[in-house]
Amino acid sequence: MIPSYRQIIADGLWHNNVVFAQLLALCPLLAVTSTATNGLGMGLASTVVLTGSNLLVSSFRRWLIPEVRIPVFILIISTLVTLVDLVMNAWIHELHKVLGLFIPLIVTNCAILGRAEAFASRQPVLPAIADGLMMGAGMTMALVLLGACREILGSGTLFAQAGLLLGGSFSVMELVLWQDYSGVLLMLLPPGGFLVMGFLIAGKRLVERSASRSRQALSAKTIDPTIDN
Amino acid sequence: MKISIPQAAPHVRNPGRVPSLMTTVLIALSPITLFAVYQFGWPALNLIGLCLLSALLFEILCLYSTGKPLDTYILDGSGMLTALLLALSLPPHAPWWIAICGSGFAIIVGKHVYGGIGQNPFNPAMLARVALLLSFPVEMTHWTQAAPLLSTAAPSFIEGLQITFQSSTAFDGLTAATTLGQLKTDLSQGLPLQQLTEQYFQPLDSSLGLTAGSLGETSSLLIAIGGLYLLRQRIFSWRLPTSFLGSLLLLSTTAWILAPEIYASPLFHLTSGGVMLAAFFIVTDPVTSPCTRRGQLLFGTGCGALTFVIRTWGGYPEGVAFAVLLMNAMTPLIDHYVRPRRYGRSRTGTPIKRPLWRRIREFFYTQPKSPSSGSDK
Repeated sequence: MIPSYRQIIADGLWHNNVVFAQLLALCPLLAVTSTATNGLGMGLASTVVLTGSNLLVSSFRRWLIPEVRIPVFILIISTLVTLVDLVMNAWIHELHKVLGLFIPLIVTNCAILGRAEAFASRQPVLPAIADGLMMGAGMTMALVLLGACREILGSGTLFAQAGLLLGGSFSVMELVLWQDYSGVLLMLLPPGGFLVMGFLIAGKRLVERSASRSRQALSAKTIDPTIDN
Repeated sequence: MKISIPQAAPHVRNPGRVPSLMTTVLIALSPITLFAVYQFGWPALNLIGLCLLSALLFEILCLYSTGKPLDTYILDGSGMLTALLLALSLPPHAPWWIAICGSGFAIIVGKHVYGGIGQNPFNPAMLARVALLLSFPVEMTHWTQAAPLLSTAAPSFIEGLQITFQSSTAFDGLTAATTLGQLKTDLSQGLPLQQLTEQYFQPLDSSLGLTAGSLGETSSLLIAIGGLYLLRQRIFSWRLPTSFLGSLLLLSTTAWILAPEIYASPLFHLTSGGVMLAAFFIVTDPVTSPCTRRGQLLFGTGCGALTFVIRTWGGYPEGVAFAVLLMNAMTPLIDHYVRPRRYGRSRTGTPIKRPLWRRIREFFYTQPKSPSSGSDK
């Protein structure tokens, strides 16, 4: 059964979000999200790798022997990661210096292997690409959100050094929210990452709960219109 | 009909519920709280008030958002106790937002995230203190010389408000290092220890509380009085504070005897910093410490050893809070492995052999089994 694109989008961005629902990719998540820009860079790099690996795995799926599929996935993913690493080193060298250590670690990101195994190796090419894009977008969103929370609390800025990642014209995004802000150092350290992620997951659950409640109330109304009387 | 108060075993009830337990601990903390207010003046009172008030508000917020009954949980006093312990571990001239951030962290992250009272793996007050220390190292290590209330050196009421709410530095010239901090700095500069301790460590001042330090940690004597009151009331067993102080004493004495020029004296370790406060009010937290006797001994010993290690070789001058949190993290492990022996079984779970005299007696007195009872099987 091929899922509809609508379902792929909803899964990737919300219901099956890599970070907030599957709780995968926590290593890069906690390591790089001390600023929103780092999160964005890491998210975009992961999205490229994820989409590429989904595309390749899905195209090769008819020739994959189940016994050796994991090494093949890893080989594909690591090739793509090496490409991304070299490209970033060549064209956005400054950001590569910041993220450099974590780019090779995208290989070990379980989310990418997970999507190759759970989705791309069973679905046609186009849905696989869509899934890669949407999962990547969901992860990028989560990383940026987390990075933004930690950056605002930790150092009082938002999208610092965005010019390095996106080019000089984007340096208007670099905001300093509070002047002379001494900062909550804890938020920039790993415990801060765990704390913020915990609160964000709690927030997501709250939204889901209130949504399901209003849906129930709505369905109760439509089933039994006499309730209001 | 006259109802007499039951005196015998199955009818006697322990009146100890959570509110009365917390009230007793608050009573035990009152001397040190009053002394802190006397010693550090209006800023101390502001901090304690702010901590208590904001903790109450955060508690109401958490209970409301999780849908728990307000009346049972708000009046149990556990939030107040956490807030008071946190306030007592703050530097006296800390700004207002330190108090509010700390209470918020203690109540929300330290307690209600895990499910409220009795569910927290870490001591909320110590968790908040460590979070504050890591987040705001400057404000949390800004110590002031003690200046008794109503003395000329003490800040007036208005100045106290300014210190707490505007981070005013107009009233300065009073900063002082804690003895532990001073020791750490000077040792790193290679000064000989003997001369240093004579210079700024007076055991009497240190135990009476006439030194710089957090609000409630200065007077070891008053803390010990409160702690002994709690011990008398059987709020906690003697094992936790004794093993904690004992292991710290043992380690520091050993190190001091071996190399008195590098390691501080045991008296110094016991009377400075938050050791006494931790020994009687933090380590003895019934929620975050093991529940078996041997487990409690292990827990206290670990806390003392870690305190000594962090103080001596760690990056921070004071290590009590870190030590307690680390051992809190070990508590589930201790409770898993150190269990009480089941009746009739050894610790490994195998049935206990009857004592030799029982077996000899049975050998002589038991009737040999008749063949008919054997064939019934």
